[in-house]
This record gives sequence, structure tokens and C-alpha cells, in this order.
Amino acid sequence: MNEVMNNSYHDKVVIRLIQFSIIWALLAMTAGVYISAELIWPDMDFGQFWLSYGRLRPLHTNGIIFGFGVSALMATGFYSVQRTSHVPLFLPKLAWFCCYAWQLIVLLGGLSLLAGWTTSKEYAELEWPFDIAIAVTWVCFGVVFFGTIANRKIKPIYISNWFYGALIIVIAMLHIVNSLAIPVTFGKSYSIYAGAQDAVVQWWYGHNAVGFLLTGGFLGMMYYFLPKHSGRPIWSYRLSVVAFWTFTYSYIWAGPHHLHYSAVPDWVLSLAMVMSVILLAPSWATMINGVMTVSSASEKLKTDPALKFIVLSLAFYGLATFEGPMMSFPSVNVVSHFTDWTVGHVHSGALGWNAMITYGTFYFMVPRLVGTELYSVRLANIHFWMALAGTMLYIMSMWGAGVSQGLLWLSVDEIGELSFSFTDIMSSMTPYYGLRLMAGMIFLGGTALMAYNLYMTVLGKQAVTVQVPKVDPAFGVNS
Amino acid sequence: MSAISLHKKIEENTGLLIFGILFVSAIGGLVQILPVLNQDSLKTATENTRVYSAVELTGRDIYIREGCSVCHTQQVRPLIAEVERYGPYSRAGEFVYDRPFLWGSKRTGPDLQRLGGKFSDDWHRIHLIDPRAVVTESIMPAYPWLARRDASQAGNITAKLRALQTLGHPYSEKDIAAAATQLEGLKEIDALIAYLQMLGTGLDEDISI
Repeated sequence: MNEVMNNSYHDKVVIRLIQFSIIWALLAMTAGVYISAELIWPDMDFGQFWLSYGRLRPLHTNGIIFGFGVSALMATGFYSVQRTSHVPLFLPKLAWFCCYAWQLIVLLGGLSLLAGWTTSKEYAELEWPFDIAIAVTWVCFGVVFFGTIANRKIKPIYISNWFYGALIIVIAMLHIVNSLAIPVTFGKSYSIYAGAQDAVVQWWYGHNAVGFLLTGGFLGMMYYFLPKHSGRPIWSYRLSVVAFWTFTYSYIWAGPHHLHYSAVPDWVLSLAMVMSVILLAPSWATMINGVMTVSSASEKLKTDPALKFIVLSLAFYGLATFEGPMMSFPSVNVVSHFTDWTVGHVHSGALGWNAMITYGTFYFMVPRLVGTELYSVRLANIHFWMALAGTMLYIMSMWGAGVSQGLLWLSVDEIGELSFSFTDIMSSMTPYYGLRLMAGMIFLGGTALMAYNLYMTVLGKQAVTVQVPKVDPAFGVNS
Repeated sequence: MSAISLHKKIEENTGLLIFGILFVSAIGGLVQILPVLNQDSLKTATENTRVYSAVELTGRDIYIREGCSVCHTQQVRPLIAEVERYGPYSRAGEFVYDRPFLWGSKRTGPDLQRLGGKFSDDWHRIHLIDPRAVVTESIMPAYPWLARRDASQAGNITAKLRALQTLGHPYSEKDIAAAATQLEGLKEIDALIAYLQMLGTGLDEDISI
């Protein structure tokens, strides 16, 4: 009945989400660069409470994860679920609501962090009014997404949608359980969990926010855009299925490895370590699957910046998912815990994997969404090398800083006296922090280049209307 | 039914897919997290651990507001160097009144769990207003506004104690009634120092490791 009206994809909401995602990337990365400078020049807050490191750092992490990351996931999720289902978005108005409600949460939530409203639980800092708003918006995201899948014209549900589905379901579960609190005032609440139990719940959340948002969600991106862009089918679809279920099952156990040598029971920590090591299998299975998929399209890899970004992101994905299980061993963790090594590890994932695959998909999607060519392939290539250089410099400077902190803190002489004072170790970090500041500026500069490049690409253009193609009867729901 | 044909069913059914993801991802939490929430030893206070006073609680919430836990851990690991540097390692029973926990994940500055009593109130006051006046190499931000703002304006202390009472913290009606008057005349910095001075005092005095 609605066939005539509803036969094209809803892509305008995708374009809007990409715009917001890039704006948040620029703002949140600028905040990151600023706080890395504050670690060298501590008076850079100029006596202003809202420029203080303790308030800007959560703004940086939340801005990246929820502003840049989630906006990109919504954009790519909406784009790919329509195309893999051969049907327009379910309830497109609700999709627009998700888009704007989410931006409002990020904007007001960011301001509330500057005002000092915080639960202090990492990546869950936003206070209870925002927690409720996030839950409602997230459910709407799920309704649009799963509604579209339920309406699909293609019989099997494509693998990328499983990862987006796991993102939506598991993050909802984690968010609701971890955010349970008794409100005191509008900007203050007390967690219903206390002490060691709060720690276990928080890192069950914190680790799996990384797992299902920054890993699972972005794997959904990879499974759609990599085969699409390289023009090759997934190397082994069966491997992707096996990897999906192992990933979903085993990731959730690994959280307490953030609490090694703490007052949490040993069995919890050992279990988390074992599951972290097991997690290496699905992570690398996915990486290998991606690399093998693109291996027969190596000609395109030489010329296409979007594909280069996606393939490089897989390399960093492999690096970070190897480093993570290694850091979950108590004997490694004893050195790495609490140091800048952890910060470096997070950034090899966040810069090398999340940001790069997002850049790759943006370079792929944006010209197609407005029916034109990329404004400048040359600028995109420069961006690629800046992103790679920035990420490498970041990781290496933080390895240097982290390993020296870890070893110097633990160092005792032959009679068991401490070899170095904390202050001496801390003040020896300045060169590493300087390198890290440069790395951040290079990476931010690359992102700004991309913003300019994509802005020039869409300037004066209209979104093209993409008709839903005819369904091959071999795969159709009614075949 | 073979595994492949079973999977074909899940692969073609939205409801089964949603249920499958929820089920598979929930197992870990159920087996690993639920027992921890029911473990009594994690909820039992050590002998000297007590609830925070109105002033200390206000100080703790200022510590949270300013993001001190972004750079300072409150978790001494059971390692020779850490016990040497900071004091006895952390016990679960010391944290039973901590909502949220403030163990932290990054030690840019030193651990603070055993800070209480190590420095004078005056040292803390100078250090918070101008860290580099007492520790030349410090990269800690200065917090001059803490000395200007009234502690009584830092949140509704009566409502806070009520909320914690609901969660089972043993505050008496008398404690709650007296809370607001205890903050009178104090600046935020005084409340924060009161909190810093009681950090880590929940252990028996004869414990040295």
C-alpha cells in the first residue's frame, strides 16, 4: 500500500548524524589535547573551575565515546540496516528523535560535567537525569533498528546487524544496572552499590562499554563497510558467526581485570583473566576475517583512502586486542596498572581502531550520500598519514611513560627500601607528556582536515534519493 | 536438529536474535557479578570503619565533584613497594560506606588511601590553594575557589544523609538533624580537608602491612 511512498532509504538523518559526530570529534579531541597540555603546564586552567583537569578529562572521554562514537554508530547503523534489509527505516520520525535527543544529551551532559555534576564512575559520569534520558533514547534507537530488521525483505539477518544489535541490547543492560542510584538533588545521587561491590559492577559496565560499544558496534561498521567497499564478500561468513557468539559470551566476564590486586575476591579476578585471554580468539578471528576479505582487493587498497583507513584500523584492532589480554595477566598488570600504559592502550583502540574505521566509513559514505566525488583524495591521503603518525607517537610515548612509571614505583633496593620518590618519578614524565601532546595535535589536525574535506564535498549539494532495489528472489522473505 | 540448521532459525528471526544476544551476554554477569553482590565479607565493615560525618561526607562529595579520583587512586595494592610507600594494603571492609567507590584507575598523583594524618591541616590548605608552594614539581591543579565557597552551599546535606540512611548507613535522626549546623561557618576547603584527614583510618592501629 505504501510501496510507492516508502521505496527510498532515509538518508538525511544519516547525514545529520555524521555532521554531529564530526563536530563532537573536533571538540572532544580538542579537550583531550588541552588536558594533555595541562599535565605539562598545570596552571593552564587559569584558576577557572570549569577548565580544571578533573572536570575536563571526563568531558573528553564522554565527548569521544558518546558524542563522536555513538553518533557515528547511529549514522552507520541506520545507513547499513536499511541496505542490508532492503527496506526504509522503521518509524523514521523516531530516528530523527534519536538523532536530536542524543545530541542534546551530549551537549547538556557535557555542560553538567563542567558544572561538577558527576557520579565519578568512569564512562558513566553523567548524573541520574541524563541516565534516564539516555535509557529512553537508547530504547528508541532499538525500536527503529530492530523494527527495520523485522520489516526486512531479505530472509537472513546480515552479520553487521548482529553486532549493532548486540551494541543496543548489551549497552542497555549494562547502563541500567550500573546507573541504579538514589537521587538526592538534580545533580547528585548515591550509587545503590557500595565499595568493592560498586567496583565490580562499575568495571563490569566499564569494560563492556568498551566491549560492546567501542568493539562490537564498530565491528558492525567493519562487517558492512569493508566488504561493501572492497567489493568482496566476507572471507568466511561461518567464522564471523562463530566469532560473534564467542565474542558476546566471553567479553562480559573480563571486566574485573581492571581490579587486579584490589580487595575484590581472587576467584573473580582469576576468572576475568582467563576470559580475557579466551577473548583473544574471537577478536583475532574477526581481524583475520577482515584482512582476508580485503586481501584480494589489494589494487584498490593502494588508491582509495577510505579503504586504507578501514584496513589500518583492523591492524590496530589486532594490536589492541592482543595487548589487552596480556595486560590482564597479574604479572604484567602489576606494572601497567594505574600507569599511562593503560592510557596508551585505550588510545591504540580509540585512535587506531575506532576513529580510523569511522574516518574510513565517512570518506566512503559522505560522497555517496550527496552523489558526488570526494573533494580531495590528496587531503584524505595526508589525513591518513597524520592519523597513523599521531596514533603511533601517542602509543609509543605512553608505553615509555607507563613502563617507566610501573617499574620505578615498584623498585626497591636490597634492604627493601624504595628506590625513588613518587615526586621524582612523576616529574620525569614531562618529556613523554610532551610527545603525547604533539601526537594529539597531529591526530586532531588530521581530523580537522577531514572535516574541511567532507564539508567541501557536501557544500551546495543535496542528499540523493536512493531507491530500494529489487529483492533477489533467492534471498527474499517470501521466496 | 544440527547446529547449522538451528542457527539458520536464529539468523532469520529478529525475536530469537534479540533473545539470543540477551541470554548469551547475561550469563557472565549472572555467574560472576551476582555472587559478589551477595558476598557478606564485602559488606562487613572493619572494626574502625564508620560512616562519614556530615562534614566529611560534604568533603568527599567535593572530592568527587572536582574529579580528584581522575588522578588519585585510593587503593593500596598488597605489594612490598606499595605498602612501603603508602601504608597497609586496602581491605574490602574499609569501603562499605563508599558510594560510589573511589579506587580510581590512574595514578597521576600519589595514592591517597592512607593519607589521613600524614600532613597537617595547614599543609593541606596551602597545598590545595597553591600546590607548587609546597611541592615544587607538582602538576596538580590549584583549587582556590574551595577557600571562597561555603561548605553549606555544597549540596543539601540533610537530603544526602537521608538518602544514605535509606541505603542502610547507620545515621540516627539526631545525626541528620544536626548535620546542617555542623557545616555552618565552614568553607568547602575545610570539609575537603576533614575528609582527607580521615582517609584510611578504618584499619586497626596495630595493622602495619
